[in-house]
Amino acid sequence: MPNKTVTYAEAIREALREEMRRDPAVFLIGEDIGVYGGAFGVTQGLIEEFGEERVIDTPISEAAIAGAAIGASLVGMRPVAEIMFFDFMTLCADQVVNQAAKIRFMFGGKAKVPMVLRSPVGSGTGAAGHHSGSLESWFTHIPGLKVVAPATPYDAKGLLKSAIRDDNPVLFVEHKLLYRTKGEIPEEDYQIPIGKGEIKHQGKDVTLIAYSIMVPRSLEAAKILAQQGIEAEVLDLRSLRPLDEELILQSVRKTNRAMVIYEPSKFGAFGAEIAALIMEKAFDYLDAPVIRLGGEEMPPPYNPNLEKKLVPQVEDIVRSVREMVI
Amino acid sequence: MPTLEEKMQMFYTMYLIRRFEETAEELYMEGKIWGTFHLYIGEEAVAVGGCAALRPEDYITSTHRGHGHCIAKGADVKRMMAELMGKKTGYCLGLGGSMHIADVEKGNLGATGIVGSGIPIAVGAALGCKLMHTDRVVLCFFGDGAANTGAFHEAVNLAAVLKLPVVFLCENNLYAMSFPTRKSFAVQDIAERAAGYGIPGVAVDGMDVLAVQEVVTQAVARARNGGGPTLIEAKTYRFKGHSKSDKNVYRTKEEIKQWMERCPIKRLESHLQSVGVSASDLERLKQKAEEEIKEAVQFGLTSEELSLEEARRLVYAE
Repeated sequence: MPNKTVTYAEAIREALREEMRRDPAVFLIGEDIGVYGGAFGVTQGLIEEFGEERVIDTPISEAAIAGAAIGASLVGMRPVAEIMFFDFMTLCADQVVNQAAKIRFMFGGKAKVPMVLRSPVGSGTGAAGHHSGSLESWFTHIPGLKVVAPATPYDAKGLLKSAIRDDNPVLFVEHKLLYRTKGEIPEEDYQIPIGKGEIKHQGKDVTLIAYSIMVPRSLEAAKILAQQGIEAEVLDLRSLRPLDEELILQSVRKTNRAMVIYEPSKFGAFGAEIAALIMEKAFDYLDAPVIRLGGEEMPPPYNPNLEKKLVPQVEDIVRSVREMVI
Repeated sequence: MPTLEEKMQMFYTMYLIRRFEETAEELYMEGKIWGTFHLYIGEEAVAVGGCAALRPEDYITSTHRGHGHCIAKGADVKRMMAELMGKKTGYCLGLGGSMHIADVEKGNLGATGIVGSGIPIAVGAALGCKLMHTDRVVLCFFGDGAANTGAFHEAVNLAAVLKLPVVFLCENNLYAMSFPTRKSFAVQDIAERAAGYGIPGVAVDGMDVLAVQEVVTQAVARARNGGGPTLIEAKTYRFKGHSKSDKNVYRTKEEIKQWMERCPIKRLESHLQSVGVSASDLERLKQKAEEEIKEAVQFGLTSEELSLEEARRLVYAE
């Protein structure tokens, strides 16, 4: 199988391009996604191939973007909307939470909303309080939504294809710091199923449960820990909702220790859900309390040193694991 | 101009809506319908005139006060009544209730409980129609309250710049719950706002079904021919309170009485009599509507309810 190396952003673009070629119902809508190519360059070159009709630039109107995607999906299209920063999801939250997620159920299963909402989370770019948020936890609380957060180019492309072909609204969580990371993908068409995690690194002493940017950081930490005699297993959730419960439980039953690592502020975030799951279903296997390693309880600060301290870094993971294991 | 037969159909539908609503209210009082709902009584000319301007394959989006839109778009009152009663035979299997009735097969993309939220969805449906190269049009119902939400502004502007086949039909019944339009708008007519989006705006007497049908027909033709959206404001009035909890303390009995004298059903009835329709022909239509409502109530009362297990399976599509 011939492979090629692409960036995370390129992998997303390839998925968009291939799905648009495959299915005329797929179209893109969002702010500055046309000639500008998107705020992070993800949609670069797509307007040249598909034209203004299928790569639709809109005014700054997040509620209208999300609502338009819902309406178009109700009549048979498969829109992929881009919300420029995940912080702006607050501006279309009604459409996502009250409409996209609920329409199928409220209408007795007689309608479907096959849409994807792509949006980048994450700090680390110096963009401060309104452009660095990681609000994905909020949306994992909503029955009717699916939420995926890939960490590698391979997973990003495969998951986006699955998301576009899914008949439910899917939030596709990208991370700004991952856009330029590289990885191998096959030339052939492939999909990553939504709801399936993956063990990215085998270990026997502790399970590091992560998604998005925290996966490469956990892998890096696992390398350092291995040199110190601690074998950490790295579990990439890939999908937050639906969740691959079995994979988590299997891993914890093997390692008997679990740490959940995530970027959003620690309190009330998705990591707590994973910790609760392990307590409920694998309590007897645990040799230590499940640890949550989440973000600081503060809005994203501008100062670069403080910004770095906002979210778990490799050294924080290493230190926390050592405290837990030794 | 609609034919006499079409006018008779409009009369029938308006009367059916009125009787549906009156019956629903009675059933509520008897405890056979719970929750709350928003009665369309008094506004029938807007839904019926608007939908009379559409083809069957065209779409509508509806509002929390949506029973009239639903019936005007061709819904089966049996399944509507069953929905209000929370039954499995209802349009939404009893999961949506009054505020979420949709009839996708008939082109009704659904009612919504969030004021203004249906407007962006209507625009999206129109975008879908355009991208699929159909000549379908979307008629978007919303109220005066919705015209003050951000969703209205974003959606109307987007439809205008993309020239989408959507007609925005604002049902101005003078009150957003209790808040009067004279306090919530600094413009005389909501239709004036169209100028800000570079689209035509028309105000029409919402108590006159023929006038509504005429202006919506023109707007629909414009939309179908690629001319883009139109904002229509139908000036109307709800004879009943906002919802079942409303004590009507924010408006006077005199005002309500004055508007009730302009009843859109009586108005069409007089018109039909003036063009030679006999009282007995109109009476026959009314009887037919009564029968239809009676059947609907019976159907709802004798229907089953959905189980929790069945409901769980409807959260996600397979």
